[in-house]
Amino acid sequence: MHSNIFDRYLHNNSSIHRLAPQVKVVIAILFIFSNALLPDGDWLSFAISWAVILLLNWLARLNLGYTLKRSLIVLPFTLAAITALFSVPGKTLTIWQIGSLELILTDAGLIRFLSIIVRSWLSVQIAILLVATTKFPDLIHALEHLRLPKMLVTVIAFLYRYMSVLTDEVIRLMRARQARSAVLPGRNGGGSLLWRARTAGNMVGQLFLRSYERSDRIYHAMLSRGYSGHLRTLNQHELNINDWLIIALAFLLIAFLQLFAHSIG
Amino acid sequence: MHFSPILLHIPDGFLSTIVSLISWAITIAILSVAVKRTEKLDEKQVPLMGIMAAFIFAAQMINFPVAGGTSGHLLGGVLAAILLGPWAGMLVMTAVIGVQGLLLQDGGLLVMGANILNMGLLTAAIGFGLYKVGDGRKRTLKLGLAGLGAWLSVMAGALTTSLQLWLSGTARLDIVLPAMLGVHAVIGIGETLITVSALAFIFRTRPDLLDPAEGPARGGRGWIFVGAAISLFVLILSPLASSNPDGLERVAGDLGFLAQGKDAPFSILPDYTLPFLGEGAFSTIAAGIIGALVVAILVFFIIQSLRTAKKNA
Amino acid sequence: MPPIVHKSPTTPPSLAENKTVIDINNLGFSYPDGHIALKDISLSIQTGEKIALVGPNGAGKSTLMLHLNGILKGNGDLEIGLLPLNKENLPVIRSLVGLVFQNPDDQLFSPTVFEDVAFGPLHMGLDEKEVISRVEEALALVDMSGFNDRLSHHLSTGQKKRIAIATVLSMHPQILVLDEPSAGLDPRARRGLINLLLELPMTMLVSTHDLRMAKELFPRVIIMDEGQIVADGETATLLEDEVLLEKHGLEKE
Repeated sequence: MHSNIFDRYLHNNSSIHRLAPQVKVVIAILFIFSNALLPDGDWLSFAISWAVILLLNWLARLNLGYTLKRSLIVLPFTLAAITALFSVPGKTLTIWQIGSLELILTDAGLIRFLSIIVRSWLSVQIAILLVATTKFPDLIHALEHLRLPKMLVTVIAFLYRYMSVLTDEVIRLMRARQARSAVLPGRNGGGSLLWRARTAGNMVGQLFLRSYERSDRIYHAMLSRGYSGHLRTLNQHELNINDWLIIALAFLLIAFLQLFAHSIG
Repeated sequence: MHFSPILLHIPDGFLSTIVSLISWAITIAILSVAVKRTEKLDEKQVPLMGIMAAFIFAAQMINFPVAGGTSGHLLGGVLAAILLGPWAGMLVMTAVIGVQGLLLQDGGLLVMGANILNMGLLTAAIGFGLYKVGDGRKRTLKLGLAGLGAWLSVMAGALTTSLQLWLSGTARLDIVLPAMLGVHAVIGIGETLITVSALAFIFRTRPDLLDPAEGPARGGRGWIFVGAAISLFVLILSPLASSNPDGLERVAGDLGFLAQGKDAPFSILPDYTLPFLGEGAFSTIAAGIIGALVVAILVFFIIQSLRTAKKNA
Repeated sequence: MPPIVHKSPTTPPSLAENKTVIDINNLGFSYPDGHIALKDISLSIQTGEKIALVGPNGAGKSTLMLHLNGILKGNGDLEIGLLPLNKENLPVIRSLVGLVFQNPDDQLFSPTVFEDVAFGPLHMGLDEKEVISRVEEALALVDMSGFNDRLSHHLSTGQKKRIAIATVLSMHPQILVLDEPSAGLDPRARRGLINLLLELPMTMLVSTHDLRMAKELFPRVIIMDEGQIVADGETATLLEDEVLLEKHGLEKE
């Protein structure tokens, strides 16, 4: 994993890309929050929200097909919501009998299920929009500005720096395992489940030791450049009046949408 | 590209606003103690925790074939807590889950509090609590406890995820709970095997790193109670709720949690009812246990933070 | 831990030409497991000298380098820039000695190039303006201007090595201590690195297995084996002495 999946869009230079990262984080969370508050079956409000997302996508010059494909990541989880189809009382559409279990599909259940899926799908598109238009190091700065504890921000920064270094190490370990797990024709290869699990466990242990030793060397590198237990960073991305105006505007639009959704609902 | 370890990363939209917010509140309360505790550790802990977060992230990619095309993965909460101590382990897991959600959309943002709670905080607490029982005992007992903790941690995550989905009106308890627990009972075995063999490997090569006397990262014996409490919660509630989901539904209904038939059961907007205001009694054993546990955990954290405050003063 | 306040971060003791910048007397060190890594090391380095440190793996080269800014503490006297190495002088000494580790992935621990090059100056207590100008200057010195916002994990090994050197140049060190700078580089990147080292004016102590580079760049060579200095002298003489080289696991180039 050498590169961020969104790297190809991070170098676009749109008005969305230029927004201060903490502004984008705040608006994205507000927007996702707004989705959660929209009533079930309010398709018009869902459509308005999607239109806004599409507009932002267009402003940021993202490839819509790419965003949509990426948004399918929530698909497997819809399995968890499938029982919503049968859990809300309403007009019966059909009844399935599976063993002793009687599943009554209602119209209200269907609306609930579809609403959950749509909310989830819209929300993940907002999250995609956020990372596709903001460099992750800037997002880390944004988290610091949003008063996340310094300790946690630092751990996240290290994680971001080293996740690809260590995943590369894992890939090398797995390749080495693969190279040594030859199976003779006609034999059942791979060893027992316990043996396979132990091999994986040894790899995890190996990775831990390497990582531990690496953290020692990094600590030395930090010490030799003046670290003494107190991390300093430069305060970039201070918010100006325009940024506040944009946040206020987004807040107003979302409040307006909510008012609209709940007055017609 | 990315390998989602288990079906526990809830995306946005699947939890109601109120369940998301309550989960965030609990998560933030616990994390603020964790931050205070780890800030006092020596300066070397900072890069160590950072690299350990990357280690857990990468270790989650290591899989092993189980059967029929499925494979076992590591979640890592128990391993992180044993290697780094409970508080640092929680922060490390939080960073991992946070980056997975933010950078890879593996898990939502509004529901991230729930994801951190289910996969990071509960797992670290239960794992460290059980492991702590083995202090000063034989290595095999320690490994056994770690294995048990690993299995229970996955079950705890599956249980709380199911409960959150159900309380959000997203899933029917009588179906989602047995399904989630059933699947994760098997996934948990993978977690156990990897956690135990990784620890055994470290015991063989660098036993000094697992010395309970080493470093201030270690937690006190109070963790045993936390671990035992969460284990009991899982062990009692899982079979009870699976065999008698109606009972739990009724309790939750009485407590005002469930609002069957409404559009958005737990909307915090004023045209819907506020939760917790139901007039029901704590009539069943399940509710009793939940209540007692919440109180016990809250008391524990309050005492912990008071102690911290006193020491700092 | 409270931040260390540097009273005068930008004014280390000024060093004239041919003054002793590093003075080590009878330094010994053993690791907690009992392994003796350094035995009776005595060494003196003058301002402006360019020195190669060679010897087989495990000879103690890296251990010695870690002593030069107080990351490891052995027995014996160490003076850096006329300051005895002790806790009080440590912050100043760490800005005097620019230590670059062998693996650039350990040296570059921040998400972006800018943050990494700024780390040293920031922790010396410099103000924002000065930090930014030092980053620009250091990146220009290693010919990597414009890489500020690049992500460290996207760089090639050669680029990482250059940025790693920039992370200490931004601290304005008096002496540059490099561990295996040419290891893992392809011929072109190695040549680029040699040219870069030729251009940098400060005192240099460089451990390396690359004897051809040593001959090209460093007039003086120190040979270490089993924790001891076994030879210290002119590169032109020592690196031609086949018997000496062979005795200590080295090969004449």
